[in-house]
Amino acid sequence: MSPRLWPLAATLSIFLIAYAVCVWQFPNMWSTRVLGNFLTDNAFLGIVAVGMTFVILSGGIDLSVGSVIAFTGVLLAILITRYNVHPLIAFTLALALAAAFGALMGAMIHYMNVPSFIVTLAGMFLARGAASVLTRDSIPINHEFYSTVTSLSYRLPGGGRLSVIGLIMVAVFVVGTILAHRTRFGSYVFALGGNATSANLLGVPAARTTILIYALSSFLAGLSGIVFSLYTSAGYPLAAVGVELDTIAAVVIGGTLLSGGSGFIIGTFVGVMIQGLIQTYIVFDGTLSSWWTKIVIGGLLFVFIVLQRLLVYASKRRWRKTPAIQIGNMPEVA
Amino acid sequence: MQEQIMPTASPVLTADSITKSFLTTRVLDRVGLTLMPGEVHALLGENGAGKSTLIKILTGAYTHDSGTIRIDGVDVTPRDTAHAQELGIGTVYQEVNLLPNLTVAENLFIGRQPTRFGLVDRRRMERDARRILEPYGLEKLDVSADLGSYSVAVQQIVAIARAVDLSGKVLILDEPTASLDAREVDVLFTVVRRLRAKGLAIVFITHFMDQVFALADRVTVLRNGKLVGSKPIGDLTRMELVTMMLGHALEHESAMRIVKDRPRGERLATFQGYGLAGKIAPFDLNVHSGEVVGVAGLLGSGRTEMARLLFGIDSPDSGSATVDGRSVHLRQARDAIALGFGFCPEDRKTDGILGDLTVRENIMLALQARRGWAKPLSFKEQADLADKFVKALDIRTASVEQPIKLLSGGNQQKVILARWLATEPRFLILDEPTRGIDVGAHAEIIRMINRLCDEGLSLFVISSELEEIVAYSSRVLVLRDRQVVRELTQEDVSTASIMKAIAAEPGEVAA
Amino acid sequence: MKWIKPQYIAFLIVLLLNFALFRGFFTISIQDGRLFGSLIDVFNRGAPVAILAVGMTAVIATKGVDLSVGAVMAVAGAVAASLIQSGQPLGIVILAALGIGLLCGLWNGFLVAVLDLQPIIATLILMVAGRGIAQLMTEGRIVTFNDPGLIYIGSGALLTIPMPVVIAGVLMVVATLIMRRTALGLFIESIGVNRSASTYAGLRSKTLLIGVYAFCGLCASIAGLIAAADIRGADANNAGLWLELDAILAVVIGGTSLLGGRFSIPLSVLGALIIQGMNTGILLSGFPSEFNLIVKAFVVIVILMVQSPIVGNILTFMRPTPAPTAVPAPGEKTS
Repeated sequence: MSPRLWPLAATLSIFLIAYAVCVWQFPNMWSTRVLGNFLTDNAFLGIVAVGMTFVILSGGIDLSVGSVIAFTGVLLAILITRYNVHPLIAFTLALALAAAFGALMGAMIHYMNVPSFIVTLAGMFLARGAASVLTRDSIPINHEFYSTVTSLSYRLPGGGRLSVIGLIMVAVFVVGTILAHRTRFGSYVFALGGNATSANLLGVPAARTTILIYALSSFLAGLSGIVFSLYTSAGYPLAAVGVELDTIAAVVIGGTLLSGGSGFIIGTFVGVMIQGLIQTYIVFDGTLSSWWTKIVIGGLLFVFIVLQRLLVYASKRRWRKTPAIQIGNMPEVA
Repeated sequence: MQEQIMPTASPVLTADSITKSFLTTRVLDRVGLTLMPGEVHALLGENGAGKSTLIKILTGAYTHDSGTIRIDGVDVTPRDTAHAQELGIGTVYQEVNLLPNLTVAENLFIGRQPTRFGLVDRRRMERDARRILEPYGLEKLDVSADLGSYSVAVQQIVAIARAVDLSGKVLILDEPTASLDAREVDVLFTVVRRLRAKGLAIVFITHFMDQVFALADRVTVLRNGKLVGSKPIGDLTRMELVTMMLGHALEHESAMRIVKDRPRGERLATFQGYGLAGKIAPFDLNVHSGEVVGVAGLLGSGRTEMARLLFGIDSPDSGSATVDGRSVHLRQARDAIALGFGFCPEDRKTDGILGDLTVRENIMLALQARRGWAKPLSFKEQADLADKFVKALDIRTASVEQPIKLLSGGNQQKVILARWLATEPRFLILDEPTRGIDVGAHAEIIRMINRLCDEGLSLFVISSELEEIVAYSSRVLVLRDRQVVRELTQEDVSTASIMKAIAAEPGEVAA
Repeated sequence: MKWIKPQYIAFLIVLLLNFALFRGFFTISIQDGRLFGSLIDVFNRGAPVAILAVGMTAVIATKGVDLSVGAVMAVAGAVAASLIQSGQPLGIVILAALGIGLLCGLWNGFLVAVLDLQPIIATLILMVAGRGIAQLMTEGRIVTFNDPGLIYIGSGALLTIPMPVVIAGVLMVVATLIMRRTALGLFIESIGVNRSASTYAGLRSKTLLIGVYAFCGLCASIAGLIAAADIRGADANNAGLWLELDAILAVVIGGTSLLGGRFSIPLSVLGALIIQGMNTGILLSGFPSEFNLIVKAFVVIVILMVQSPIVGNILTFMRPTPAPTAVPAPGEKTS
C-alpha cells in the first residue's frame, strides 16, 4: 500500500472499529435511520469541509468559513422574508457573493504574499460583522419552498430517511473528489501544496489556482450556509461559531496533511462521519456530555498530526532503501 | 561508446559576450558559450565563478545586461522558465525540482495533461508517460506511483525525461550527480550518452573531476565572472584543468609563504578516526595552539562537512575527540563553543548573520550566549565591544546600530569574525572566509588570520584560494571525494603540491 | 521625534473619536475607592487581551503563533472556580490555575520545539481540546463562586486602580524589564530572525522556544483568572472565546511582524488598548457591538497593506530620493 494511503486507512479503521463498538453497545445504532440522520445532521459540516480540504491541500487555511455560513444564512433570511425574493434567486445571489468574497481573499493571499491565516482571519471578522450588522436576532424563514424541500426525502428500507440536504452533501463530495483527483485544477492544488517553488517552475498558474481555491472554499461555505438555513429554517448571525475548527479537524482526521500536498476528499468524508459518530454516541449514551466531543477530537487531532509527522519522516528515509532502477534492460548506445 | 556524432553541424546555441551586473558588482563579464548538437559540454568553475548566473540567464530567471544569445542562429532572450522551454532549453537541478507528492505521470504532464470531457484522461496520460520513459530504461516504472517513492536517481531521470520531452534542443544538468551513489551515476551517464547520440546539446555542471573526464566532450571554465577558456577534453590533462579552475600557472610560484617557521605550540585538540558516513570519511587531525591548518579541495570534496563535524553541528558516527587531553563529545554547537571553539560558516546569509539585528547585537551574540541570558552585558559594554571590533577589523558601517543586512558582504564577514573574537576563542574554524569579498577586505582578513595565529589562536581555514592557503597555513589538508587524501607540511606547502594532490587520479597516491 | 510611534497617534485618535461620540468620555470619578469612567473602562476591559498580548508578543517574535490562549483561559478559570468551590485556600487556587497555564504552554512548546510542528498546527490541538477539558472540569455548568479574595482579582482596586489594570500593568513592566534588562529579549529576537544562525552562535533554541510558549500559557492563565473573577464564575463555553485572535491582532498592531524578530511588549499592550478603544467607541456610537468585527477586519487589511512588499515598493517609488543605504564597495557581492 502506498504510504499516502496510510492515514486514510487509519481513519477508516478508526471509524469502522468505533462504529462496531457503538453498535455492540447500542444495537439501535445499526439502522438506516441513524445512518440517514448522520448524513442530514452533518451535511453543512461535510460541504464546507470539502472546500477546506482543497485549501489545506494547497498548503493554506481558511478561518472564514464559519462566518460565511452565518452571513449566508442571515442574507437568505432577509432576502426571503423582508424582500420576498424567491429562495432559488436568493441562493444564487448568496453563492455568487460568497465566491467573490473568497476570490478576493485568494487574490490578497497571492498578490500580497501574506499568510492565509491572517487574511482569512480578516475575512472571518468581516463576514461575521456584516452578518451582525444586517440583524442581531435570529430571523425565522417561513417559505413554502423551504417546507417543501425539507419534507422531501427518500425513504430507505428500515425507516431511515435520505434528506435533500444529505444528498446535496453526498453530491458535493462526489464532485469534489472528481475535481481534486481527476482535473488539471486538482493537480495544481496538490502541486502548490507540495512545493510552491517547484510548482511555479513546472508552469502551474499559481495566481489563478490560489484565487480559485479560496473562491471554491467560500462558495462551498455559502452552499453550506444554504443547507444550514434549510436545516434550521432560520438565519442567525452567531450561527456556526467555531465551525472552522470542526472543519479543519475533520480534514486532518480524514488524513489530509496539514502542511499540504497530500490527502483525499473521501478521507474528509470519513473525518466528518467520525465527528458525527462521537456526537451520536453521546446522544445514545445519555450520561456523557457534549464536551467529550471536543476532547476526543483534540486527541484524534494530536494522534493524526504526530502520525503525519512520522510519515513524512519515514517517506524521506524510505527512498534511500528502495532499490534503484534496474539498468539491465537499458541498451547501451552503440 | 566513444563513437558520437561529430559536431560538424552549426551550433545549437551561441551565447556571446554575456555581461551581467548586480548593483555595482559585475558577476559576468563578456562570457561566451557555444553548444554543438550531440556534445556534452562541461561548465566548470568554483563558487562565485558565474556558472549559475550564466545558467539562470539561459533559462530566463535573469536577463543579461548585454551580449547575445542565439538558438539555431536566431537572436533570443528567454523571459522565464516556460519561455526557455519553448525555445528548447530544458534544465534539471540537483535538488530535483519536481513534486514528490504527485505521481510520476503527473510530474511529466502537469499543466498539459490529456483531457477527455474536461477530466484528466489518466489512462492516456500514463500510457504516454510510459512511452516517454521507455528510452530511459524506465519502462517498468509504475508511473501511477508517487514520484517521492522512488530514489533520487529515478527522480533525476524523470526530470531529464520531462525536460527533453518539453524542450528537446539543449539540456542543462546542474550538478545532477551530487546526491547519487556510484551505481546511480553510471545509470545517469548512460542516459546522458544516449541523449548525446540523439543530437542533444547537454550542458553538464559538476564538481567531480573524474566525471568531467568520463563524460564531457568539451570543457568551458569560468573564474570570477570571466571566461578562462573553452577546450576539447582531449586537449586537457587533469593538471591543466585544475589550473584553469583555480587560476594558477604552475610555472611561477607566486604566493609568499608568510609563515615558514612558526613554533608549534601545545597540542589543543585531537580527532581520531573522526567521520560521518556519507559526509566525510574518517580522518585524523591534531590541532596545536598557534597554528593554521589550511584545508584545500574542490567544492563538494567534503570541506564544509568536516568543519560542521568539528564544530558539533553534525555528530560523528565514528572516532573520538580529545581537547586539552580530556575526551569530549561534540553533540551540538554549544558543546564546541564551551571548549573555546568558534565557526564562521560558508553560507553567511542562512547560518551567519541575523539580518534584522544591529551590528552591535550581531557582534555580542555569541559572547552573550555563552554568558547566559541572566548575565547581560550592559549597553555600554556592548557598545564598547562593538566599537572595538569595528575599529580593529575596520568594519565599514554608518554606525554599530545599523542592521547588519545593510552592510556589504565583506563587512558582514568581519562582523561574524568579530562575534567569535569577542568570545576570546582558542580554536576558530573559518569556512571560505574570503568568498565574495573585495580585494581590500580580502587582504585584511588574511593579515588578521596571521595576527590571530601569532597571538596563540589555532585556526582551521577552508578556502578555494590556494595562494591564500599557502600564504598562511602551517599545514594543509587536501580533500578529494569526501576524504582527506594528503597532508602537506611546512616546506611541502605550495600551490603546485596542493594542485597535484587535488588532480591526482583516484586511487593514485598523490606524491 | 523618533519616540513618536504610529501606535501612539492611533490610540490618541481612537480616544478622541470616543470623546467626539461621548462628551463624558474623559470624565473620571471615584466610587467606593475605585476609579470609574469610560476611559478607565477601556483600560479595565482591555486588560485581559493586553495580558494575552504580552505572552503572544514573545511567541510571535520567535516566528510562531499560539492559537490556544483563549482555550487556556477557559481551563485556568475552570480550575480556579472548581478548586475555590471545593474549599481550597486562595493561594493554592491561584497557584494551581497558573500552574495549569504553564503546563499547557509547555505542551505547546514541546510540540513546536521538539516535535518540530508548525506553531499554528501545534497550538490548534489545544485550541480544540482545551475548551473541552475546561467543560469537563466544570461539567458544562457555569461554576460560580463568591470567595472575596478571588473576586478581588477581577473587580477589586488597588490605590483606586482596578485590579485587572494593575495586574496587566505590572506584568507588562516586569516582562519588559526581564526581556530588556537581561539578554532574553535579544535571544528571542535572534531565534525569530534566524534560528539556524542563532543555534550556530550557541543559543539554546529549543529550550528558549519551550520557555516562550510556557510564558505565553502563563499569561493566558492570568487572563483566565481575571475573566473568571470578573464574572464570579467559570464559563468554559465563552471564557476567552476568540480572544486569541484579538491578542494576535494586538501584537500585529503593536508592530511585531508575524515573520518574527523585533518586538515591543508595551506597544503590543497599546495595541490591545487600541482594540478595546474601538470596541468602546462602537458601543458608544450605538452600533451593534459586532460592528467592531468589521472595523477589526479593516485594521488587519490596512496593516497587511502597509507591511506588504508591493505597497512598500510603490511608496519607495513615490519618494523623491531613495533612502540612503550602504552601497557595497565595487567588486563586492551584497548577498
